[in-house]
Amino acid sequence: MLSFILRRLLIIIPMALLVVTLTWGLIRIAPGNFYSSEKKLPPAIEENIKKKYGLDKAWYEQYGLMILRIVQLDFGDSLKYQGQTVNEIIARHLPYSATIGIFAYLMALVIGLAAGIIAALRQNSLWDYGSMALAMLGLSVPNFVFGPILVLFFGLGLYLFPPARWGGFSALVLPVITLSAIYAAYIARLTRAGMLEVMRSDYIRTARAKGLDEKTILLRHALRGGIIPVVSFTGPALAGLLAGTVVVERVFAIPGLGNIFIQSVLNRDEPLTLGIVAFLSILIMVFNLVVDISYGFLDPRIRYE
Amino acid sequence: MAEPQEIVKGASLWGDAWKRLLKNKLAVFGLVVLALIGLLVVIGPTILFQVTGFTADGIPEDGNLIKSFPPSLLHPMGTDEAGRDMLARVLQGGRISLMVGVISTFVSLVVGVSYGAIAGYLGGRIDNLMMRIVDMIYAIPYILIVIVLLSVFGGQNTPRWIQFFSESVGGAGNQGLSQIFLLFFALGLVSWLTMARVVRGQILSLKNQEFVLAAKATGVSTFGIIFRHLVPNALGPVIVYATLTVPSVMLTEAFLSYLGLGVQAPFASWGSLASDGIKNIAIFPWQLIFPGVTMALTLFSLNFLGDGLRDALDPQTRKF
Repeated sequence: MLSFILRRLLIIIPMALLVVTLTWGLIRIAPGNFYSSEKKLPPAIEENIKKKYGLDKAWYEQYGLMILRIVQLDFGDSLKYQGQTVNEIIARHLPYSATIGIFAYLMALVIGLAAGIIAALRQNSLWDYGSMALAMLGLSVPNFVFGPILVLFFGLGLYLFPPARWGGFSALVLPVITLSAIYAAYIARLTRAGMLEVMRSDYIRTARAKGLDEKTILLRHALRGGIIPVVSFTGPALAGLLAGTVVVERVFAIPGLGNIFIQSVLNRDEPLTLGIVAFLSILIMVFNLVVDISYGFLDPRIRYE
Repeated sequence: MAEPQEIVKGASLWGDAWKRLLKNKLAVFGLVVLALIGLLVVIGPTILFQVTGFTADGIPEDGNLIKSFPPSLLHPMGTDEAGRDMLARVLQGGRISLMVGVISTFVSLVVGVSYGAIAGYLGGRIDNLMMRIVDMIYAIPYILIVIVLLSVFGGQNTPRWIQFFSESVGGAGNQGLSQIFLLFFALGLVSWLTMARVVRGQILSLKNQEFVLAAKATGVSTFGIIFRHLVPNALGPVIVYATLTVPSVMLTEAFLSYLGLGVQAPFASWGSLASDGIKNIAIFPWQLIFPGVTMALTLFSLNFLGDGLRDALDPQTRKF
């Protein structure tokens, strides 16, 4: 078990570097750069800028220096936000995204699991159809439509929650609902499918045969196996949620990491883009590792060598 | 003791699946709504022009624009910020939104199926390498890839064949439209990854069967075995996954338009119309609600149809 975790942790380093390399290549393929704008710079000034940022060196030298820095977890200075390091920018904007991300995922888990379990236990009933239709609706309404509609009703119509502001619990409500809708829908569908599959398995029949009551069967036996698809989904979903989703940040004017990332790509702010990509890919791989470890606790049939 | 028996015509896989699909009320609902929306989007602008005299852009013939007019008999969906009829805009936007769905999905289908089938059939080291490449591309944020594709091939660098496509659809010399077609292809090029995985899995389970051996024995080329014998047998999951790709690329297009990277004025898609409407939501909510609801209804139907197709084509999961 310990060696499994160590091996997986070690693999994260080359994987993250490869992702950074590919991203770097993509940024360099695209024409244009961070200092060019509508007005053309005089050649002498362009020379100076290139020299300052090391862009006059051969591409492999630039690449080598970039990787060397990143290996030391130093992502350099942002090109757009002057005088700020990438690490500072990530540290400043991550808490906003992480706060709404964690709350949204918790809410999605509660709603999604409840709806999925009820739908599976009362298969083909009105409960089943109702919750599945609702889940489908969650998957079909774009969140930049859903968010503003929530604002319209609860923010500007009923004055229950602020339409856009940071601070206090009430400000969290609408962004968290908007963000969690699609995840709750996914989780409900995954839970339903997983539970239906497990309820037909042999070990549930065994549990029934030895006379356990339905509640114990459901909570102690079926749920553990039935939520495995939800757990697999949690890894990448949580990483994406912690890093923020641009749309919710824009709709509710939240200074999160997602918007910073999109801006960095549009601004050609190479160090910032690379830093966020590296951070995100490490996050995804760590969460996936945690998910893989938790399989062992949920399903006793899964073992790690 | 042979009893005289009437020869029963066996149900074909597709006939059987079709029957199962028709039994699924939600899938039929999705199919009907989609057909209706498709029909409206194709012939709607022409009818509207006959009835009200609005051009496809929603501008009245006399050029008398009333800005942000609420829904009324003349303008069932109201007018937008510039005074254009929203109904005409939504119908026109639907053309682009549905084209995104069809063209991008087709691109992802071609790339994903070929890639997955080749990896699965060749197997071994090549398969391993090809699938690790897929994993890598998964890890890069797709928005980065789309932006790079759009900026590398945008403007003057648009490939000839994309210009040819857009000219054959929308007439010559339309730079804006060829940029939208570029967007279709860029979206297709970032959404083939899961398709490649699905197809590879199918091919892996098919390639050791006797009919492949027979094809090999009769001297069919590797290319022929992959595309004439294996791919047609993997068609079920491919169709199912393609139906689920359509709503996802449409959502991605809407998201890009929301960020200002997708469909640009004077063209419109449901996504770009809805994101234009967000600005005025407190005062003129219909500018968001009509394109938003139309889009949601379309995606809703597509998802139901996709689910129904999965149940119909994959009898394994039918019991649920």
